[in-house]
Amino acid sequence: MNGFGQFELWVVIIGLALGSFGLRFAFIGFMGGRPMPAWLMRHLRYTAVAIIPALVAPLVVWPSTTGGEPSLPHLAVAALTFAVGYLTRNVLWALLSGVSGFLLLFYLLS
Amino acid sequence: MAFTTTKSAFWRGVRDSAPFLLVSGPFGLLFGVLAAEAGLNVPEAFTFSLAVFAGSAQFTALQLLQENTPLMIVLVSALAVNLRVAMYSASLTPYLGDAPLWQRACAAYLVVDQSYALSVVKFETEPDMTVPQRMAYFFGTNGLVAPGWMIATITGALVGAQIPESWGLDFVLPLAFLAMIGPMLRTPAHLVACFVAIAVSLPATLLPYNLGLIVAGLAGMMAGAQAELWLERAAARQTAKRERQS
Repeated sequence: MNGFGQFELWVVIIGLALGSFGLRFAFIGFMGGRPMPAWLMRHLRYTAVAIIPALVAPLVVWPSTTGGEPSLPHLAVAALTFAVGYLTRNVLWALLSGVSGFLLLFYLLS
Repeated sequence: MAFTTTKSAFWRGVRDSAPFLLVSGPFGLLFGVLAAEAGLNVPEAFTFSLAVFAGSAQFTALQLLQENTPLMIVLVSALAVNLRVAMYSASLTPYLGDAPLWQRACAAYLVVDQSYALSVVKFETEPDMTVPQRMAYFFGTNGLVAPGWMIATITGALVGAQIPESWGLDFVLPLAFLAMIGPMLRTPAHLVACFVAIAVSLPATLLPYNLGLIVAGLAGMMAGAQAELWLERAAARQTAKRERQS
């Protein structure tokens, strides 16, 4: 496997399975009807919109397919995907533009 | 439409969720393909989807594993991406909290974006639903989406094994994430969180062990929360001003 072995894979699968279930069960299972502290809810609201972009930005700026060299075409396809998603509010259109852009990159750069 | 039986509530959930197959299908397919590219075989990719059942966390873990990230950081980052399901769980609790424990445990496993979004709207607009009807509707929303996700993963893993590495499919992963982010940015505070996280994430790549992701994520969350507070206060000041004038 690319940079990881069986052991790493299964630790991650089992760890994530338990962790994800824990996150989902935490409130439905344990909290009952008790209210959550407002500051916690306020931060939880922004986890996905903060962590996903933080994961993506370095991958777009230094794409692994170019060996980590910044590349204008990759940046353009990424910007297009994001813009379509933001403007249409539709994941599917965004994914479609992203995949089309990727195919274009594939033909242009190979 | 009022529900007469729990059975009809279940089927209503199934019908309402059908369009979401168009989203979970392609993403499941993509996860299968990328898992195969990363070296997972079909049973491994399938077990991953079955055990974790959380698209964005699965993509994150797959990416970080390939970057030789320490396991603890892989787990923390992927779970952080998935923290929003804790929020979903909290907001479903008032509606489903009185169901038997085993049902709540099954429901917990099935809390994903689609089932949450459909159910919470349904429960709000139809407050007369009984708890068993709500549970049935909630399970119904996963009747197609959950099997669809698993089948798509298997199909993707089978296809992905045939795709040569030279295609550079690595770049599809950031694109898939970018496609998910756009529609999530509904308020100015979401935008603040997103762009602060991006700005911090680039210099933070210098930190060891991919810790930059967690640092940038936290920075974005705090920025979003602060922006929300600030915007609320600004709105309250506006209203107060208008009331004084009238």
